[in-house]
Amino acid sequence: MAARPGLVAGVPGRGGGGFRRYATYRVATAAGVFTNTVFGLILVYTYLALWEARPGLGGYDQAQAVTYVWLAQALFAMLAVQGGGFEVELMERVRTGEIAVDLYRPVDPQLWWLANDMGRAVFQLLGRGVVPFLFGALFFPTALPGEPAVWAAFGVSLLLALLVSFAIRYLFALSVFWLLDGQGVGQALMVTGVFCSGMTLPLNAFPGALGDVVRVLPWAAQLQVPADVLMGETAVSGAFAFQAAWAVALLALGRLVQSAATRRVVVQGG
Amino acid sequence: MADAFIELVDVEKVFEVRRKTGFLRRERRSVRAVDSLSFTVARGEMVGYIGPNGAGKSTTIKMLTGILTPSGGRLRVAGIDPSRERTRLAHRMGVVLGQRTTLWWDLPLIDSYRLMHRMYRIPDARYRENLDRLVELLGLADLLDVPVRQLSLGQRMRGDIAAALLHDPEVLYLDEPTIGLDVMSKARVREFLRQLNAERATTVLLTTHDLQDIEQLCSRVMVIDRGRLVYDGALAGLHEVGESERTLVVDLERELPPIEAPAPARVVRVEGPRQWLAFPASESAAGLVARIAAEYPLVDLSVREPDIEAVIARMLDTPADTPDSPPDPAGHTVR
Repeated sequence: MAARPGLVAGVPGRGGGGFRRYATYRVATAAGVFTNTVFGLILVYTYLALWEARPGLGGYDQAQAVTYVWLAQALFAMLAVQGGGFEVELMERVRTGEIAVDLYRPVDPQLWWLANDMGRAVFQLLGRGVVPFLFGALFFPTALPGEPAVWAAFGVSLLLALLVSFAIRYLFALSVFWLLDGQGVGQALMVTGVFCSGMTLPLNAFPGALGDVVRVLPWAAQLQVPADVLMGETAVSGAFAFQAAWAVALLALGRLVQSAATRRVVVQGG
Repeated sequence: MADAFIELVDVEKVFEVRRKTGFLRRERRSVRAVDSLSFTVARGEMVGYIGPNGAGKSTTIKMLTGILTPSGGRLRVAGIDPSRERTRLAHRMGVVLGQRTTLWWDLPLIDSYRLMHRMYRIPDARYRENLDRLVELLGLADLLDVPVRQLSLGQRMRGDIAAALLHDPEVLYLDEPTIGLDVMSKARVREFLRQLNAERATTVLLTTHDLQDIEQLCSRVMVIDRGRLVYDGALAGLHEVGESERTLVVDLERELPPIEAPAPARVVRVEGPRQWLAFPASESAAGLVARIAAEYPLVDLSVREPDIEAVIARMLDTPADTPDSPPDPAGHTVR
């Protein structure tokens, strides 16, 4: 695992660091691949039964529903849908006071952690995403596009999804500056992430007012929107605009909260 | 002072502490961690900064590095107000914290250095030159490919010191750099710091509980207590201020009643044929030794220099730790 994608902007080199750090734990990665594949199998059979009973639910046919399942499993780790990315470390560093060490560094914390998380995401897409996805595509009927342009649009959508995911987790993690312990935050992140991202059921299939709400929340930008872009279920420009708007808004909010958190440390002490 | 590199004028830091005093009732209290602290450190000086736990040492370092804003007074490092321009100052300072690490736990040492290289935007040639020099001086060659979590404490500390110096900082803050290290590792770290200061003229501010660090490295000592500077000067002067005493240990031929020594010397302990006499550090031992040798059956003798910890304790008017007292709460073994 000596490969170092030098593609991450922000803090140069930090992304490579993030990639390498996660690449250190190979057994954990193998276990993750196995888990995602097993969960994919469980969900696929559930979905097949569901779409058998309710054909066209959420605007998907059976093949699209199956594709959605494997896509969700492939992106689960990369987008840190239930947490488990940089924010675990950030919260721990705040709790233990190690965060002071970070303040000695001549870098912007938000860019720093973003670069870190991007390195992690690239590793987890390759290390944990590809195998379950190929498995699903091989053994189940899927609805994958043939045109490269759609895949390219999906790639952009994925990058935006990661930015939104990062921004959400950054905000959750910063709350520890006031709460001083990350356990509850981690659990809140997990529940909201899994439910509102559409890990259990596509957001398109959520009924009534609940569906209307979850589809405009930022979590929709994580999984639902890229899936719809890949399967041609949404207009690409609208999808990008939705994701970008949330990314910009949440990253900007993150900056505000970050300066408040830093001020709190700087004025009140560790 | 024209060439003052670090300058503090009446710096203070007040923390607001809230305390629960009843149901939903909180009491606010101000704690003065640093109180009208003034000193200057010239470029290239190596200064020891000592004092008991909670005296304000760490608070001072945090203000100097810009991660705490002073509540009052004026503070400049290299002409920069640290808390306002923390990031700019970060390029010019190095920080080593004995109890924390700046290295990445799960990466090989060399990877942390590569990250520093990018993070501090060190020119390539400079980075390679510094890395080679630090690796050689600190004996890191065999450790570069070892993940930091597998390094021993002494190895990690050397690794941390190298990390703090890759970008050629003008000032190095060391907070307990030898804590928990064995004798060999301590000697190695001290030797390196001495060289660094001599060859590169790096300004060094050192906080420590290990007074050997100070004795071996620093010509100047500042003592802080309860947020105030109580001594600033040469190490030797500390003994005078603390009115410290030396100890003469004499072995007599046999058990005898306490020696009748001329004042102010006096016997402080008797154990069989061995007796301990205290006398002022500023006085010569010669007269006392001659007198005892003339009047008593002397077998052997030795003179012990005063323990600086005891000197400081006396200066601060608190009870001194005796050699066999338990380690203090911070885990330092009192010498």
